[in-house]
Amino acid sequence: MPVDVDAAVISNTRLSDDYSVLALAAPAIATHALPGQFVMLKTSRGRDPLLRRPFSIFQILRHDDGSPRGVTVFNKRIGKGTSLLYDVEAGARLECLGPLGRPFDPVDPPVLAWMVAGGVGLAPFVTLAEALIARGTAVTLFYGARRAADLHCAPIFERLGVSIAVSTEDGSRGTPGLITAPLSTALSAIPASQPLRLYVCGPTPMMRAVAGVAASHGRPCDVSLEQVMGCGLGGCYSCVVPARDAGGVPHHTRSCIDGPVFDATRIVWEALVH
Amino acid sequence: MDLSVAIGSLRIPNPLIAASGCFGYGVEYADSVDLSSLGGVAVKGLFLAPREGHVPPRIVETPSGMLNAIGLQGIGVHRFIDEKLPELRERKATVFVNICGTTIDEYVELARILSDADGVHAIELNISCPNIKEGGITFGCSLPGTHNVVSAVRRATRLPVIPKLTPNVTDVASFARAAEEAGADAISLVNTFLAMAIDVETRRPKLTNIVGGLSGPAIRPIAVRMVYECRQAVKLPIIGMGGIATAEDVLEFMIAGATAVQVGTASFVDPFIWTKLLDGIRAYMRRHRIETLSDLTGTLDTTARHKAWISS
Ligand SMILES: Cc1cc2nc3c(=O)[nH]c(=O)nc-3n(C[C@H](O)[C@H](O)[C@H](O)COP(=O)(O)O)c2cc1C
Repeated sequence: MPVDVDAAVISNTRLSDDYSVLALAAPAIATHALPGQFVMLKTSRGRDPLLRRPFSIFQILRHDDGSPRGVTVFNKRIGKGTSLLYDVEAGARLECLGPLGRPFDPVDPPVLAWMVAGGVGLAPFVTLAEALIARGTAVTLFYGARRAADLHCAPIFERLGVSIAVSTEDGSRGTPGLITAPLSTALSAIPASQPLRLYVCGPTPMMRAVAGVAASHGRPCDVSLEQVMGCGLGGCYSCVVPARDAGGVPHHTRSCIDGPVFDATRIVWEALVH
Repeated sequence: MDLSVAIGSLRIPNPLIAASGCFGYGVEYADSVDLSSLGGVAVKGLFLAPREGHVPPRIVETPSGMLNAIGLQGIGVHRFIDEKLPELRERKATVFVNICGTTIDEYVELARILSDADGVHAIELNISCPNIKEGGITFGCSLPGTHNVVSAVRRATRLPVIPKLTPNVTDVASFARAAEEAGADAISLVNTFLAMAIDVETRRPKLTNIVGGLSGPAIRPIAVRMVYECRQAVKLPIIGMGGIATAEDVLEFMIAGATAVQVGTASFVDPFIWTKLLDGIRAYMRRHRIETLSDLTGTLDTTARHKAWISS
């Protein structure tokens, strides 16, 4: 059951001209949050923008004694709401509703977990990595961005013991080009007898490409879709994606309550608007 | 203090109804909102058959408001009765079923089917969705059309019949009169205002459907004026809506002439708005020594406060 917290901003760490990590005091949300879930954040006190914005829960914050303190979100300045969040200062208050949505299903050993992130799509993977590591599952992060300056927070994953492979479109770090290239190479190098699951979040064309790579290697693949949402609770039918039901028939499916995490084979990629 | 209000033969515990299309089928909220504490739940507009609705993007924000073109995605009346109504019944929700058709026969058939279902309290006749071409709005924009569909549905059911009016007409009061003459038990208004938004960089419409319906605080003053006009034109109970976000907004609609209200867009922003609105209404009643909330309806004072000092 989601709760609405009038959350104090603990800090807002600017990572670059457009990325920041916003820490919010919201113990009631942190207590129940599962990997891949999201919050709906009101970006201003007023009515412009009017609606909340969905954000993946990036990290769970804890006090020294381990008790839940709050959550962080990984924010990229894109529009009006995200710009307001980028500018928010510690001490401000933001209404924060959550946790919401269908979480990731973390695999257990001996299954390998490969997380594939594009840009701001890194957001759901810290909590997933923590859950996987806690189960003893070996985790690899494939992380792609336009340029080296857009790659953030890799040390968080390194500290958790996640292996990292990086690509940049301009070749300024890691493998030059798209993340699908190193991913395909790595998948080809793994024997079919080794079970493995892919978890993906990023721009729609990237998720579609990764879903294709996963299918061609016969690997299960979960995607976390980021859609425009009105309410986050299943009330408005704004955030629908074309997803097949159990009988294989595609329907407009609400990504807020039936997702944001979907089995990639359910998505009708050619019909997914981005 | 008595917050209950009567919509024809239907008495509801308070005037706050969740607006159609803004609260799913109600069951989505059953764990976070006590459905029985609401005046009612108007469920997402239903056709006889399931519909997939429009291709996203389906919403876009505008100052103090939003445009939507959902396109009446829905599971159809039969699945609603089988899959959603039992839980609504169990949660003791007062259920307003919003129905949509392309012909009068479809409206009549929907009304018959729902009359036989246990747990439906009223039928809200959606003749005002601006986002789909076929049916609905063509009745809502024509006086004979409104009269004909309302009277046909009236004959088909014993449930209260509440046509929902569109604001996209020149004289909304004449539609209220047509509804009253056709035997409606109440009217609800307003549905959304036909509107559009354009991305100037790409010169493309922001909605796939090109146009959509404007809702939220931006429309409230127009909606209040329309409720006021209808109040003067008909005796029917009016369910007012359009941009309600605070208790003061609820009271404004009631003073203008509404018996009850619906809240849509503001419940997206705050799904727990209901208790806050009720608290605010109670505080107002205490402050103004009002025992019975329904006494407030239509109490607008328009007596002149100043003498005209010059003839116009
Ligand atoms: C996303 C969305 C979907 C809606 N769907 C319906 C619908 O299915 N049937 C209907 O009669 N009205 C529908 N409406 C209109 C609302 O019920 C209401 O009349 C309108 O939004 C004005 O109220 P508000 O400003 O409080 O939202 C919808 C509105 C929105 C924003």
